[in-house]
Amino acid sequence: MKVALSVTCINDALYPETGKAVVRLLRRLGVEVDFPAAQTCCGQPMVNTGYLDEAVPLVRNYVETFAGYDAVVTPSGSCAGSARHQHALVARRSGDDRLVAAVERAPKTYELSEFLVDVLGVSDVGAFFPYRVTYHPTCHSLRMLGVGDRPLQLLREVRGIDLVELRAADECCGFGGTFAVKNSDTSVAMGTDKARHVRETGAGFLVAGDNSCLMHVGGILLREGSGVQVMHLAEILAST
Amino acid sequence: MTGTFVGMPAFPEAARTALADSQLRTNLARATSTIRSKRSAAVAEVAEWEDLRLAGAAIKDEVLLHLDEYLIELEQSLQDRGAVVHWASDAAEACSIVAGIAQSHHIDEVVKVKSMVTQEIGLNEALAEVGVAAWETDLAELIVQLGDDLPSHILVPAIHRNRAEIRDIFVSSMGKAGRPAPVDLTDEPAELAEAARTHLREKFLRAKMAVSGANFAVAETGTLVVVESEGNGRMCLTLPEVLVSVVGIEKVVPTWSDLDVFLQLLPRSSTGERMNPYTSTWSGVTPGDGPQEVHVVLLDNGRTRALADEVGRQALRCIRCSACLNVCPVYERTGGHAYGSVYPGPIGAILNPLLKGPGHDEQTDSLPYASTLCGACFDACPVRIDIPSILVDLRAQVVDAHRGGVPKPEAAAMKMASRTLSTSRRLRAVERLTRPGLALARRIGARAWTRARDLPDAPPEPFRRWWQRTDGGRR
Repeated sequence: MKVALSVTCINDALYPETGKAVVRLLRRLGVEVDFPAAQTCCGQPMVNTGYLDEAVPLVRNYVETFAGYDAVVTPSGSCAGSARHQHALVARRSGDDRLVAAVERAPKTYELSEFLVDVLGVSDVGAFFPYRVTYHPTCHSLRMLGVGDRPLQLLREVRGIDLVELRAADECCGFGGTFAVKNSDTSVAMGTDKARHVRETGAGFLVAGDNSCLMHVGGILLREGSGVQVMHLAEILAST
Repeated sequence: MTGTFVGMPAFPEAARTALADSQLRTNLARATSTIRSKRSAAVAEVAEWEDLRLAGAAIKDEVLLHLDEYLIELEQSLQDRGAVVHWASDAAEACSIVAGIAQSHHIDEVVKVKSMVTQEIGLNEALAEVGVAAWETDLAELIVQLGDDLPSHILVPAIHRNRAEIRDIFVSSMGKAGRPAPVDLTDEPAELAEAARTHLREKFLRAKMAVSGANFAVAETGTLVVVESEGNGRMCLTLPEVLVSVVGIEKVVPTWSDLDVFLQLLPRSSTGERMNPYTSTWSGVTPGDGPQEVHVVLLDNGRTRALADEVGRQALRCIRCSACLNVCPVYERTGGHAYGSVYPGPIGAILNPLLKGPGHDEQTDSLPYASTLCGACFDACPVRIDIPSILVDLRAQVVDAHRGGVPKPEAAAMKMASRTLSTSRRLRAVERLTRPGLALARRIGARAWTRARDLPDAPPEPFRRWWQRTDGGRR
């Protein structure tokens, strides 16, 4: 199976450790992913802000980059959601029938926990992370992709982990893409409540499947001097 | 009279004001979390809840696809049973029709059943202009009216008030509208309810005309349905001689048995009850019993505009349960006033732009952005309105409405980002600016972010450079 890694624009520029963790983890599980360097961004920020025309070249680049693969794996629920639920919309907007067809034919983009549990059929990935951790289910992975408790299945098998439940876990953290700056006051109010719930667990680490949400809540936890660190799911699963 | 939403600022600014009101935040958090729990419990009891949702959506979609036929059938059924049917294309026309009926009977006061649509058209204000007092009789609407306030929630319009505030409003304002509240009134709920009951009783017994909306209008039988909790609706619908009901054209359902689905969906979704206390249905005039002159005003006011929108038309399925408001993390923190409309929350964020069109005004254009697209509303909606998808579509409509002309900073930034991210060559070049870019953002720019959040540090190198340098970590 030819698998490509779509590392995401945010991870490429700001959180390369997450990308490295995915590579290391999958390698340990016997999967050598490719990183087609032509990749840039899935286009979600444009689509979700209403700039469909501006998303067209990005979707075109995405489809062309990953065309030869059987599957694409990405450490982001929101990017996987965008590829699966928004690329067809953007292609139709472009008016380019070839792009519409290419999107239809495109290999499926899996969020990491979906790939591990559904495609590789594993929940114990041989990880070791002896710390207290609390998990926040990011909204796109929870409601758009329906990953359910796959991330928790994976986390529960991590040796040494002390997994504590987060209060009001299902509630949105308040990032919401450009919402974080267009409606920054509401965004911060939501993130502050999420940060408070995180601190209440006594966990040293907040884990999630999206670095965008972690950047927002983590930014608040840092500003509060809470001592709680944020960590992407991939990095915990890659730890040994 | 109540205040007006006209001239309210766009959502980000209105939200900022609301977020600073800690009493409001506390009231909202307590009220919405209570209703959320009740709704969850009520829904969990119904094993076939998902089937009911699918059925509700299907019935409404069937109506919307053949709305012209069902409306004509409704008109005929109503007329066959002695009701007078009026058609109002917009708010002004609807108000003029209602005012005209009052004036033709020399009526100077009407009692009102809680009705969102009459607030949508500004009926109370229009009636006041021709010397007709419109007394709200729903407890929460009464609180809002006496407080010269604005409703902040579809189902519980005074959710932003706690009992102490309500007591103060009753004591200071009931006397101006009729029977005053007892001077020693406490904030005990039973006492507040009794004060409202006593104040309203004389109006129910005196009024010659009532104005209502309708939850549903059955085309087959010419039946209107009002679903309520307090009994004020029952009083208004049975005592006065003249009854006028303003009904949005999307409220039609085909047959009496279709109500089976909606009367299961609505109470559990709205108040979290198995069934609400008072459900009233009436089909035209029953000689010698109840109002002898029954009017139905069918209202468009932008609904046909929404109907023409292929993505957005499902918003017209809405049965006004308010479940979406109660699960929305944005609404919970900002309250309803920030949305500047009688329809706030997730449904308001899509309905207002759909009724008015994009590019109509800045405030309406800001509503589709008042959301993180978390999807909790879609999960809760009893008729499966895909609010997040509609929000994204409306955002594109707003952006398109502003294309051409001088691009705003955001539009220019998006164009630049699009160019940068269209090829990896351009992206690689820009990634060199990550470190200085973040340093700059920390210092002077990005206040919207850095006001309350730290920014991440720039990593030593982007992922793609690491991959290239180490051959994917193999070297």
